[in-house]
Amino acid sequence: MIKRFTTALALLAFSGMAAAAGPALQGDIQTQPTNWHAIIMFLIFVTMTMGITYWAAGRTKTSSDFYTAGGGITGFQNGLAIAGDYMSAATLLGLTAMTFSRGYDAYIYMMAFFAGWPIILFLMAERLRNLGRFTFSDITSYRLDPSVRTMAALSSLVVVVFYLIAQMVGAGQLIKLLFGLEYNIAIFVVGVLMMVYVTVGGMVATTWVQIIKACLLLFGGTLVLILGFSQFGFSLTTLLEKATAVHKQGASLMAPGSLLSDPVTALSLGLGLMFGTAGLPHILMRFFTVGNAKEARKSVLYASGFVGFFFNVIFLMGLVAILLVGQNPEYFEGGDIKGALIGGGNMVAMHLAHAVGGNMLLGFLAAVAFATILAVVSGLALAGASAIAHDIYARVIRKGECSDKEEIKVSRMATIALGILAIILGIAFEKQNIAFMVGLAFGVAAAANFPVLILSMYWKGLTTRGALWGGYGGVISAVMFVVLSKAVWVDVLHNAAPLFPYTQPALFAMPIAFFLAYVFSVSDSSARASKERDAFEDQYVRAQTGFGASGASH
Amino acid sequence: MSSVIYERLRRNPKFDELVQKRGSFARTLAAIVLIIFYGFFMLVAFNPKVLGQPIAEGSMWAIGYTVEMGMFVFFWILTFIYVRRANGEFDDLTAEIIKEAQKETK
Repeated sequence: MIKRFTTALALLAFSGMAAAAGPALQGDIQTQPTNWHAIIMFLIFVTMTMGITYWAAGRTKTSSDFYTAGGGITGFQNGLAIAGDYMSAATLLGLTAMTFSRGYDAYIYMMAFFAGWPIILFLMAERLRNLGRFTFSDITSYRLDPSVRTMAALSSLVVVVFYLIAQMVGAGQLIKLLFGLEYNIAIFVVGVLMMVYVTVGGMVATTWVQIIKACLLLFGGTLVLILGFSQFGFSLTTLLEKATAVHKQGASLMAPGSLLSDPVTALSLGLGLMFGTAGLPHILMRFFTVGNAKEARKSVLYASGFVGFFFNVIFLMGLVAILLVGQNPEYFEGGDIKGALIGGGNMVAMHLAHAVGGNMLLGFLAAVAFATILAVVSGLALAGASAIAHDIYARVIRKGECSDKEEIKVSRMATIALGILAIILGIAFEKQNIAFMVGLAFGVAAAANFPVLILSMYWKGLTTRGALWGGYGGVISAVMFVVLSKAVWVDVLHNAAPLFPYTQPALFAMPIAFFLAYVFSVSDSSARASKERDAFEDQYVRAQTGFGASGASH
Repeated sequence: MSSVIYERLRRNPKFDELVQKRGSFARTLAAIVLIIFYGFFMLVAFNPKVLGQPIAEGSMWAIGYTVEMGMFVFFWILTFIYVRRANGEFDDLTAEIIKEAQKETK
């Protein structure tokens, strides 16, 4: 049955692409001619991952299989999967484009994205693995009231939904651009494929899709770089010399520019990206897919290695593109290298692939970008589904009195609901400026998920009352700061001036969350609070030793 | 039931040793990363000009780029060092503590 479904889906995707080719050619100028190399390579990817999903379906029997692949993923595999979750299409296209236009500023961003990983390893990885089962809410509510679980699940969902919308809208626009496929069809294809991967294959399939995609992305990016870099004799000095000579920023290409000129924004960005990473539900969930703390640590070691390597590749790709794309009239509207890039600013990486490897490499990289989106939305959908089915349904509504089968069924329904929601919102937000959504997702992750999570693991004094105030306070203040900032207040709601002058909420919202959690915990003198403080001891021993941790004892 | 075992695990002096050693090791490494990272961001925020200077007269390599590339490598080496020690020394100690606690049950 699954097989038939797979074939039908492939056909659907295929005919959809063919149908889109017609109107797309005459209509929107942004849409590229149908890219057959890319479509064929993408279909190979889909066929392969559908095969894996079919295989994974046979191994997905319990809720533990569904959410965490039964804890049977190795540290190396999980490291690749985490790197895959972290390196989205926006990373590949957005950061090469940023290097291309702003030089060194992009490298500073990459460091902010990277530096969260060692901190996660030193302070969190081990305790996450030892205390959690399926979701990070398992940890925050370990010794606290179920209402804390509801709060954590809701803020997870806020993060997942905003991140999902940003990915979907980006996906639609990107696919329209790369494949010559209509926006709505692109959104539909992404949504449906995501639902199939997650509902049929659960975490096993999602992880393998992520691993394959991470390998393709690492391979594709490195290949483009090697081909491009070889034209400069692999000499970084030559590359820097030539790039600064032709770039409009000249010698200041390799100096910090306007992007982070304001100290508050720079610090807030650093905080938000570093601790936002440590509060993203789909990333945290990956720590439960390995068997023990040993493998969890190895996951971070490999993941940070891949991520760090890839950021450096991307930066060099951007520099190479300054010369090979920026100086080639073929890639500019009307052949004017002072004008706009064909297809828009985000096409730098794609043009570079074409410049060094022709249509074949362009097709390959485009297919990889599509696969990347698919893998990232699948991970997000699974994290969202686990918050709905495991946290809210099984634990809070049914108070744990729910069979494994029923829980999986609810997860699958939740995935389909999230998939449909993602398609609808993706279409609804097509013409909106969605730049704030990723910022919002990271802001809520840093200001709501992270403070409560870290306090629940490290601070004996945290009580239910404190966690609820801190968590809800964090969500509300992060959302408020984003809504009142330029990105929403001016760009979306068309007011004259922002009420909140900074673009990054973390520096302000995080202290609010910590402060509320602290004040409402220490002032909590209820009997429940003192019981919760006493329960910390056992939790602490388990966090340190891993004794009693799920997956470790059997 | 598990509460009894947790009590026993905690009473073992090796548990304190584990927590103390691993905790201070992790905190030291985290502090190194945070200080370098925020120190670097302070420089970006307050004195960006320095980062744009070449490392030597006439060199194409800017200080900022060179330092940051070093940070990528250095942070990764720190994670390697932590994983090595935690997966070796600390996990051996943990295994001993758990074994001793379970032995008492018999």
